[in-house]
Order: sequence, then C-alpha cells, then structure tokens
Amino acid sequence: MKKLFLSTMVLFIAVIASAQSEKYIAAMKKNLSVIDSSFKNPPDLLTLSNSFERIGAAEKTQWLPYYYAAFCQVNYGFTIHDKDKIDGFADRAAVLIAKADSLSPNNSEISCIKSMIASCHMMVNPQQRWQEYGPASSSNIEAAMQQDPANPRPYYLKGQGLVYTPEQFGGGCKTAKPVLETAMDKYGSFKPASDINPNWGKPQVENLLKGCQ
Amino acid sequence: MRKLYLIIMLLGFFRIVSAQISISGHVTTDKNKPLYGVSVSLLNSYDGATTDSLGNYRFTTTEKGERQLEVTISGFNIVYQKLLIGSDSIVQNISLKELITELKAVVISAGSFEASDKNKGAVLSSIDIVTTPSANGDVTSAFKSLPGTQQVGESEGLFVRGGTATESKIYMDGFLVNNFFYSSTPGIATRGRFNPFLFKGTVFSTGGYSALYGQALSAALVLESNDFPERTQADLSVSVVGLGGGIQHLSKDKKSSWGVSYNFTNLWLAFNVIKQKQDYFQVPLAHQADANFRIKTKNGGLLKYYGYLSTNKVGFRNPDIDSIVLKNAFALQNVNTYQNINWKKWLGDGWKIYTGISFSTNKDDITNELQDADNKKVIITNPVFYAYKNYSLINTASYAQARFVFEKKLKGLTAIRFGGDYFYSNEKTTYTLFNGAKLSEKVTDNIYAAFAETDIYVTNSLAAKIGGRLEHSALINKWNVAPRLSLAYKVSNASQASFAYGIFYQNPERKILPTFASIDYSKATHYIFQYTVQTQNYTLRTELFYKKYDDLYKTAPGISGREIAVNNNGYGKAQGIEFFWRDKKTIKNVDYWFSYSYLDTKRNYLNYPAEIQPSFAANHTAAFVLKKFMLPWKTGFNFSYNFATGRPYYNISYDITQAKYRIADQGRTINYNLMSFSVNYLPNLGKTNPKAFVVWVLGINNVLGQKQVYSYNYSNDGSRKEAVTPPASRFVFIGCFLSFGIDRTQDAINNNL
Repeated sequence: MKKLFLSTMVLFIAVIASAQSEKYIAAMKKNLSVIDSSFKNPPDLLTLSNSFERIGAAEKTQWLPYYYAAFCQVNYGFTIHDKDKIDGFADRAAVLIAKADSLSPNNSEISCIKSMIASCHMMVNPQQRWQEYGPASSSNIEAAMQQDPANPRPYYLKGQGLVYTPEQFGGGCKTAKPVLETAMDKYGSFKPASDINPNWGKPQVENLLKGCQ
Repeated sequence: MRKLYLIIMLLGFFRIVSAQISISGHVTTDKNKPLYGVSVSLLNSYDGATTDSLGNYRFTTTEKGERQLEVTISGFNIVYQKLLIGSDSIVQNISLKELITELKAVVISAGSFEASDKNKGAVLSSIDIVTTPSANGDVTSAFKSLPGTQQVGESEGLFVRGGTATESKIYMDGFLVNNFFYSSTPGIATRGRFNPFLFKGTVFSTGGYSALYGQALSAALVLESNDFPERTQADLSVSVVGLGGGIQHLSKDKKSSWGVSYNFTNLWLAFNVIKQKQDYFQVPLAHQADANFRIKTKNGGLLKYYGYLSTNKVGFRNPDIDSIVLKNAFALQNVNTYQNINWKKWLGDGWKIYTGISFSTNKDDITNELQDADNKKVIITNPVFYAYKNYSLINTASYAQARFVFEKKLKGLTAIRFGGDYFYSNEKTTYTLFNGAKLSEKVTDNIYAAFAETDIYVTNSLAAKIGGRLEHSALINKWNVAPRLSLAYKVSNASQASFAYGIFYQNPERKILPTFASIDYSKATHYIFQYTVQTQNYTLRTELFYKKYDDLYKTAPGISGREIAVNNNGYGKAQGIEFFWRDKKTIKNVDYWFSYSYLDTKRNYLNYPAEIQPSFAANHTAAFVLKKFMLPWKTGFNFSYNFATGRPYYNISYDITQAKYRIADQGRTINYNLMSFSVNYLPNLGKTNPKAFVVWVLGINNVLGQKQVYSYNYSNDGSRKEAVTPPASRFVFIGCFLSFGIDRTQDAINNNL
C-alpha cells in the first residue's frame, strides 16, 4: 500500500509537471502562431504582448514569455505614427526585457531586443537623439554578436540599420549588403534551441536584400 | 495494478471536467472614460485578456477559489482585485487612476524659453545656439531671435520686455555671473565671455521666473554646464579672429573628467581686411584660459568645478563730437576671473542637496584722452567740459556667492525646494581727472536671501509652482519679500495654457552709486499669460504680458558730472504680445522659426524728465531663422533676418537755472534690418576612421550691408548729433575647427541633419 501510495504520488507530480510544461509550450505556441498576423493589425501586438506577459508572470522562471512580450511591445512602437507616444511603448518594452534579462543574463537574443528598443527611442527624433541612443543600439548589437556568434539576428539588425543610414554617413546598400549576406548565411545554419525559441527575421533580410539589388 | 489504473483514470477525468468560468468587465479611468489596451490577468495563471476600444474584457478560466486579478496599463496605477471563483461567471468592473508622469504632465512654462536636447517643452536644441547665423556663436545672441528681446547693437546684454540690460541676470549652475560680457566699450556691443559648448541646457526666462533667482527686474538666463564629456578628445581651432585649443579627458571608468582650454583672439587681420569705423591704435586682443573637473561621488553625487581667466585690451579713436579736428581716444585693459565649484548629492528618502560657492574678480583699466590731429594728447580747460574728456578710471571688483538648495520629491512630480543665497560684492573705483586729482569710491554689499517653492501637480493637466523669496541687502538695509506664482493647464495633448505672476526686486546698478540718499529696492510686477501648442514638429507660442515698474531710481548730477541715484520716484510699465512659430516638417529637411514681439513701454527713471518710451525699446521686433543641411554636399546653410522698428532717441540735458532735466531734442531712428548667413562644411563626414573631424565655418553678418542706426550722440551744446552705427557695415568670419581622438561624425549628424 505504501508502495502504491508512493507511486501514485510520483505519478501525480509527474502528471502535473508534464501538464505544466505541456500547458506552457502549448500556450506559447498558440501565441507564436498569431505573431505574424498581429503585425497586420498592430494593436493585436499589444494584446499578444499582454498575453505573453501573463505566461511569464505565471511561470516565473521562463525568459521567453518576457522576451516575446518585449518583442511585441517594441514592434508596436515601430508601427505607430504619433511620435509623442513612441517612448511609452519603448519604455514598457524595456521593463519587460529587463525581466527576461534577469532570468537569462548575457543572452544574445535579449541583446537584440535591447538594441531595437534603443532604435525605437531614437526614431522619435533622430537628429537630437542620435548621440544618446545610437551608441546604445550598436553596442547591444555588438554584444549580441559576441554572446552567440551563430545568431543571425544581430546581423539582420545591423544590416537593416545600415540600409536606412544615408550613404554620406557610412550607410546605404553598399555597406549593408555584406552584413545582410552574413545574416543570410547564418540563417541557413541556425537551429533554434526549441520550437518556441526565437527564429524570426529571415524573410525580412530577404526583402532588404531584394531592395538593395 | 488495477487500483493504479483507476487512480490514473480518475486523475485524467479530473483534468477534463474542470469547469470553465467566464470573467468579464469594463475598465475605465476614475473619470469614467473607457480604457483601451489594459492588461487584465488572473495572477499565477495564463488566463487574462486585454480590453478592447470600449474598455471591455472577457476571458475564461479553470482556476478556482480565491484569486487575484491584476489590472495594468502604463500611465495608471496598478489595481489588484480579489476574486472568489466559484461556479458562476463573474463580472468585475475596474476603475484606474491616472499617474502623474513627466511624459504626460503639463510643463510650467509661462515666460520661459528652454534650449535643451532632453527636456520636454524645450524650444531650441543646444546646437541651435551656435548655428543661428546672427548670433555669431555668442551664447546670449541666439536669444535675440526669440520674442521678448530687443535688437540693441550699441551695448551688450539682453534687453527684455522694456527692461534694461542690467535687469537681466545670467546664472551658471545657479550662480550669478557678474561680468558675463567683456567690459563695455563706447558704442560697440561686446560678446559673452563663455564658449556656448560649455552648456548642455539653457533656460531663458523673459519674466515670471522661479523664486530660486532674484535681483533681476526683467529676465533670468539660467545656463546649465555640461556634466561629463562624451569621450576624451582634443580640439583645435583656427579662424580669422584667432587660435584656440583644448583637451577634455574622461577617465576609463567614466567617473571623473578634467579639461583645459586656451584661446587667443587678435582682430588685427580681420580689421585690416574689413575697414572699421573706429581708428584702432590697439586692435582687440584677448587671452582666455579655462579649466574644469567633474567627479562622481557616492550615491550618484556629482562634484563640478569650472575656472576661467582672461585678459584683454582694446583701444580706438573716434572723432570728438564737440570739435572738428579733435579726437577721443579710448583704451581699456581688463583682467577677469571666475570660479565655481558645486556639489549635487542625493540624501535618500527623496531628498537632494545642491550646494556650492563661486568667486570672481574683475579689473578694468580705462583711459580716455582728447587728442589732436597728430594723435597727441591735448588738455583744454575752457570750456570746462573739454577738460573732463581726459581721465583715467580703474575699476576693481570682487564677488562671491554661496548657495544651497534642498529638494524633496513628494508623490508623483510634486516637490518642494528651499534654500539660501549669500552674495558678497566689493567694487572700488579710482577716477583720475585731467589735473591729476583722484576720486576714489567703494561700494560693498552683502545680500542674504532665503527662498522656498513648491511644484504641485494636481493632475497631469494642472500644475502650480508657488514660491517666495526673502532678501536683505546691506546697502539698502531693508528686507523685501517677493511672491512668485505660476500655473499651467493642459488643454489637450499638444496644447497648454499657462499663467505667471511675480514680484521682483533689484538693487541700483553700480554706475549710479555710491549715493548718500536713502534708497529702496526698485520693483517690478509681472503678469504673463501664455498659450502653447507643441508637437515634435511644430511649436506655436503666444504670450501676453503686463509688467509694472515701481520705485525705479531717479538720478541727479553728482561730482564730475556723473549721474547718482537720489530717490525711488521712478516708475514705468511694459505690455505687449509675442508670437513664436517653429516648423521642422512642412518643407523637407528645412527647419525654420519666426518670432514677433509687440512692445508698448514707457518709463520715468534715471534722468528722464517725464514718462517716455526708453531709447532701448522698439515697438515691433521680428526675427526669422532658417536652417537646411544638404547631405550630398556635406554642408549646412543657415539664414537669419532680424527686423525692428526705429527706436526713440533723446538729448536729455540738465537745465542749471531750473535745476532739472529736459528733453532738448528727440527723434526716432530708422528701422533696423539685419540679414546674416552662415555655411558649415564638414568634409570628413561619413568617412570611416578619419584622423580628425573637421568643420569649416563661413559666416557673413549683414550680408546686404543694410544701414543700421542704433541711436544718436549729441554734442555738449546739442547743436550736433551723430549716429551710433556698427563699427563696420559687414563682418565676415572664416574658421576651421578640428577634433582629434574621436570620430565626431555622430555630432555632425546630430547637429546638422
């Protein structure tokens, strides 16, 4: 009887544990499946960000939910036209990515989001904010490259930044192209750690390269 | 084993039958407006929703029992709502209260213009000060393209809303700078002493300013010096007016920095090429050195030091107005020092202290000679006024200030601030007459001041700054109390209305002292109403003001014909309306602003026989500034146009028989027009790893050579008058600025895009 009780207990815990992680993976996958369509109706990105944040708050030890919550939030920031409102979303993304960062320090993917947040702040007024946010954006890209040399996303972000920088300031397609090509090479061999780990950006790089032909 | 299966079956069954409960509701602000995008989540579960555009949310959950609902959206307080989840669906409405945040809150701005790269509500960026062509890189001159200031060219300083230049005080990091401009020379405005790149932010208050500042009837220009340099670098400059160089060193840990710089100015070359009206026997020559350090102290404290030393000399002849052949030769030598050390520290629990001291000295050595056609000194004693044209004057002055300010942050943005100031001044003058007779005078003063103010944010839309200043000057030996009040109300996201009121006191200026008469403070009362619409791309400001002057100083002739303060029977007023429009968007890559001021002012002060429009005040003043950076050419073009209607001028003479002043003659000058242009060329822009970053500057002041008359000088008997005009009809500046050690490309983009 004692044995039975023990095995029941073990089983019970196993069921709960597997249910927990199954539930986590399922919830994450469900959210990830609608990320692409959310970009078509940007307010959905905020709904999605909230949803990811709830998963993060409930799980407590997973960095991915906060990572995606920040990703959605900063991407929403990039889509809005009212420049006076952008900072609020970038700040919110920064709070979320800081939570991810504390759960998974020195993470290349997290550094990418930090770079995007700096770029988002800069976008409000590039002339005035270049000095403050320019270095913050590029230093995070560099950190991301060092933290995981196989990660294609820092190369994507760097290349994208160069495409939109005027030629006179050392940007333009000419300088961007080799960086974007490096990104493509890395996308070719990149294997995400799991189904729910970051694996975005390839089509965007293809588009940028197409635009640079 | 069967039992085990049973248990597993039961477990599975249990998971399936968990009933789903619906939770829904409505989220609003405390003013009952629906809130969109609010995150509503059941704590420790994945369950939750985001509100729609009507503020509604709905989700289902399998959780049971007592749970907490977390309701969040940025800019509002977080609400935790307890829920008891049973078997029925739940409707839970939530109301959130808006937080007062810097991003959303109204800015208390009546009367002030800010130049800053960070602060909300700033009208200019730091770089605008140096790229405004009519300003010629002078800190204060850029403010002459904003409403409220006069286009006065014959003397230095800011003449604000019917006030004299001495009614505008300039502060560096909270400390009064007594000799901000190079010492005055007759008929020629001198420049500010300080390099505009020393400052990261500037607030120019044309009235109604904070109780933290006093002893200025009209305006306060508050300059905030840089904290740390961005990187270690060396600079070198070569121009038609001189040479300069400096080093700024930032420690590796970025916790301390030091810097030194030196500039040599010699206008020999410029004056040989551009003919000056004056005959210079000593072309302007200046040596100027400064040093600074910054140290980060514990808990985010910062210790800052700035020291400045300069010597300069100038000498020129003008034809003597009272005769045909004689000349007046004026020579000036000046030595000036300024030092300021201050410390900012957080004390914890929302308290902050800011304290420091400043010390400065100034010495002017002036001689004036009457000379004949061969530039030989002549002494004529009959008529006697000729004799007074030969004199020498030595002014020595020392000033010190100690200051502390405590600040406590309360809830939201609400804060209280209080502190004290002590000003010491000691000014000695030795006047040597033509016959060698010496007159010496000394004016010393000790001013104690205490001040307190509070920023109260009632909501994001309504804020008030209420303060007061208490002052005692030994010279006047009386206390004064100056209340200050500022209100701001946000009308919509982009627009706000503000109001400011304040009483301001000031001691007499040095040149009408010392006096034996018992005198009081002069006083001004400001009422300002402002309406502003500001977005990232546009700024529109309108300001309506009324300023009342009481107890202005009246003068009478003293020894050696100098005007001395005798009583406080003067009075005056100034009222007007001002507009400012800046647009960075309508024309692509072009940034322009336009300002207009209407001023109606009259005063009876000094030797004025009646209440008249003062000679430094024009009724209509306008300025237009346009900037465009041409990326392919790596070149920036800046254009400015300043306009003012003619100013009145008077020949006020003393009628000995009636023992009073009268206006012997008066008139109005022609309108003032000034068109200026400058070009910045950055050849190394975008080059990767250039050895030096180079900026070429070409500036032309008064491109069209338009005739400008500032005022008129009268001969002693009033029979002749002569226009006071600029020393040259046009000035051209060519310079090259180099920076080594770092790539300044980013600055260039930042500054000129």
